[in-house]
Amino acid sequence: MSRLPFYLVVALLFAAGIGMSVHRHIEFEVPWTPGEQRQVWVIEAQVNFVASGGPVSVDLALPSTQDGYRLLSEHTASPGYGLHFADDERGRRAQWTSREAAGSQQLFYSAQFMVAPQAQGLDKPPPQPVNSVAWEPPYDTAAAEVIQRAWSRSADDISFARELIRDFDEDRLRENTRLLLTQFERVPLLVRLLNQAGVAAREVSALSLENGRRRQPLSSWIQVYQDDRQVLFHPDSGAMGKPDNLLLWETDGQSVLEVEGGTRSRVSFSMLSRNQPATAAVRVQQAAASDTLLNFSIHSLPLEEQALFQTILLLPVGALVVVLLRVLIGIKTSGTFMPVLIALAFIQTSLVTGLIGFLLVVAVGLVIRNYLSYLNLLLVARVTAVIITVIAIISLFSVLAYRFGLNAGLQITFFPMIILSWTIERMSILWEEEGPKEVLIQGGGSLLTAVLAYLAMNNPLIRHITFNFLGVQPILMGLILMLGNYTGYRLLELRRFTPVTED
Amino acid sequence: MWTTPERLRAKGIIGMNRRNIRYIGRYNSRRLYPLVDDKLKTKLMAQEHGIATPALIGTVTTQFGIKRIREMLQGHQGFVIKPAKGSGGKGILVIDGVNGDRYFKPSGQALTHRDIERHTSNILSGLYSLGGSPDVALIEALINFDERFDKYTYEGVPDIRVIVFKGYPVMAMVRLSTAASDGKANLHQGAVGVGIDIATGRALRGVQFDRAIKNHPDTGHELASLHIENWQTLLNLAASCYEMTGLGYLGADMVLDRDHGPMLLELNARPGLAIQMANGEGLRPRLDLVERQPEGIGPQERVAFCQKHFARHLPAPETPCSQRPEAQAPRLAHRRPRA
Repeated sequence: MSRLPFYLVVALLFAAGIGMSVHRHIEFEVPWTPGEQRQVWVIEAQVNFVASGGPVSVDLALPSTQDGYRLLSEHTASPGYGLHFADDERGRRAQWTSREAAGSQQLFYSAQFMVAPQAQGLDKPPPQPVNSVAWEPPYDTAAAEVIQRAWSRSADDISFARELIRDFDEDRLRENTRLLLTQFERVPLLVRLLNQAGVAAREVSALSLENGRRRQPLSSWIQVYQDDRQVLFHPDSGAMGKPDNLLLWETDGQSVLEVEGGTRSRVSFSMLSRNQPATAAVRVQQAAASDTLLNFSIHSLPLEEQALFQTILLLPVGALVVVLLRVLIGIKTSGTFMPVLIALAFIQTSLVTGLIGFLLVVAVGLVIRNYLSYLNLLLVARVTAVIITVIAIISLFSVLAYRFGLNAGLQITFFPMIILSWTIERMSILWEEEGPKEVLIQGGGSLLTAVLAYLAMNNPLIRHITFNFLGVQPILMGLILMLGNYTGYRLLELRRFTPVTED
Repeated sequence: MWTTPERLRAKGIIGMNRRNIRYIGRYNSRRLYPLVDDKLKTKLMAQEHGIATPALIGTVTTQFGIKRIREMLQGHQGFVIKPAKGSGGKGILVIDGVNGDRYFKPSGQALTHRDIERHTSNILSGLYSLGGSPDVALIEALINFDERFDKYTYEGVPDIRVIVFKGYPVMAMVRLSTAASDGKANLHQGAVGVGIDIATGRALRGVQFDRAIKNHPDTGHELASLHIENWQTLLNLAASCYEMTGLGYLGADMVLDRDHGPMLLELNARPGLAIQMANGEGLRPRLDLVERQPEGIGPQERVAFCQKHFARHLPAPETPCSQRPEAQAPRLAHRRPRA
């Protein structure tokens, strides 16, 4: 009789559980602890233009998840406009359209970005540098001279870009660079020069995130590609690298905003930073995420069902407490999983109220059950009578508590009445057969188990983990399978069998 | 107050978890449980296999069958009415004297025929059975206890529990009721448990509430003098319960009748562990030894095997003291050349 298949199943359960949990932690940044806060930026883009009365088409570039920032959700507000989200070689764009629009128009787009150091953007292919850039004289010689000078001071594409941008520094402007700047805009000029030198580069638009800022414009940056690397340059200072608070808005070298059928178009940004529990951020993120199998999660259910599942997923934890106490400690309880149900009621009522309520109902129930036993009823009829009695007791206590102004007393209705009735029935039989001492032992054991199960199930960390990591369930299953295989002594047996070892 | 797992293991004590997984789970097939959970089935099966049980006067299976009780009891001066599926001695009514319409319990309390009928009706409606399921009432002839046991017990009936593992009677104890146990033979309620030497049927030690005691707490009689007659027959009877039920780990409850000798009272598929306390040692070494034995050995041989290997003699006075120096002498002789 080989135990190998058993251990294989247990190992498989553990591996699956740990794998699923780690996957969720890494892929969805679900934190291990409930208290973790995540910074979330809410960014609103406001598009203003004056429509000229005919058909209008507005095309706005949209940001996506990128290094350091994860897109959680996005909304638009644009009454009267048709809206289409496009995702093609031009990047992600929102397209608003309207058959007729006149006068000043406002369109809103807002996005939530979570600060996530692990987040990674999609790698985009670098643009092909345009080889033959046509310059008009005298700019052609000026451009060639500028390129030549920076080229001589550089070793590769990146350092070339750095040197080139440095030459356009205000303090170091020379005649040729000054000449070029009179004719061309700074950023397109730099990109054009880089391309002429055979360096892959493009202009990108980005937003500097600062809490509470409004009506901010996008700034232009230069992205330079070399092999697999891509480096962002500030076009004025020549500073390399992306600042932490920089959100790239448009990275495909396209225009940020295109408006047809309107004039004086403008886009401005306002932003707000707030901290929110990481779990809430996860919830938002998952609601939008695609329905892959690995993304299988409670968060894809409606909120009401989620609340229900939060309780259901806790039950295995309570059951584990019962298994631990019975198999490892050897505590006697009246009804195997009755303590878990009592613990569930405690979660609703709070511990002290629950304990007092439980003791009151069971005590009064036992007295009444004692009378019922004189009537010599059949079992089912007797338990039914006890159920009705329990309901009567609970109603009575609720009304009394309410009259005395004790609102906590009303929560007694959370107790599972059928379970309470069976508890009373069992304890009553136990009292008759084994005496009050055994009732105290089993009743005390049940209450102790219920309190421990309550403490476990009410622990914020455990609630967080069971709810957010479904992988915990196979792990619990594996644990319980292993406990079911435990042939060692129970803790209380070490006491029970003591006299044998003393001789 | 507390001991360590190492010391328990050294004593060979078996815990609940081990009993459930390793022995009950492995050797007791679920489908065989009804054979022992229903006393009527056990009894009929025992009769088939020639195992002595208290004589069956009759059974009552339906409420209208209760009317036939009077005719059934005709001519019996003592009888026992018990539920077939009762547990822990619940619902057992003992009558040891009949005088017309008056029935007397051992305590002297008199019952009328109506009382007997009501009790039977309660049994049928499941008042005493597990889970309250409808039951059958058994009416058995009274067991005439060996009065040699009287000194050792208070009110109740002493019974002999034998643990039968794969047909081997590995351990035994006598359960004696006390005032504390209210005439019941349950050890955790205060009955005295006396470990019995498998080889001889003599008492090894007594415990009450898990503490070793020398004398019966109520009668004051010395427990060490307890000796069970017909021990060999009793063990053979217990051992053959394995062939009868097919249950590998079994508790056989036996009684000694003055006239008919050892009888099987009932069988238990989940026997408790208190027998280890009464014997002062664990079951583990004995079960391990039995597990190593081949299958297909007859009951007689199995009993003989157990009597040979599980004999626990109290330090007998006739042990020749002179043997010790003799045994040591050769060892010394071997050492001498070395020195």
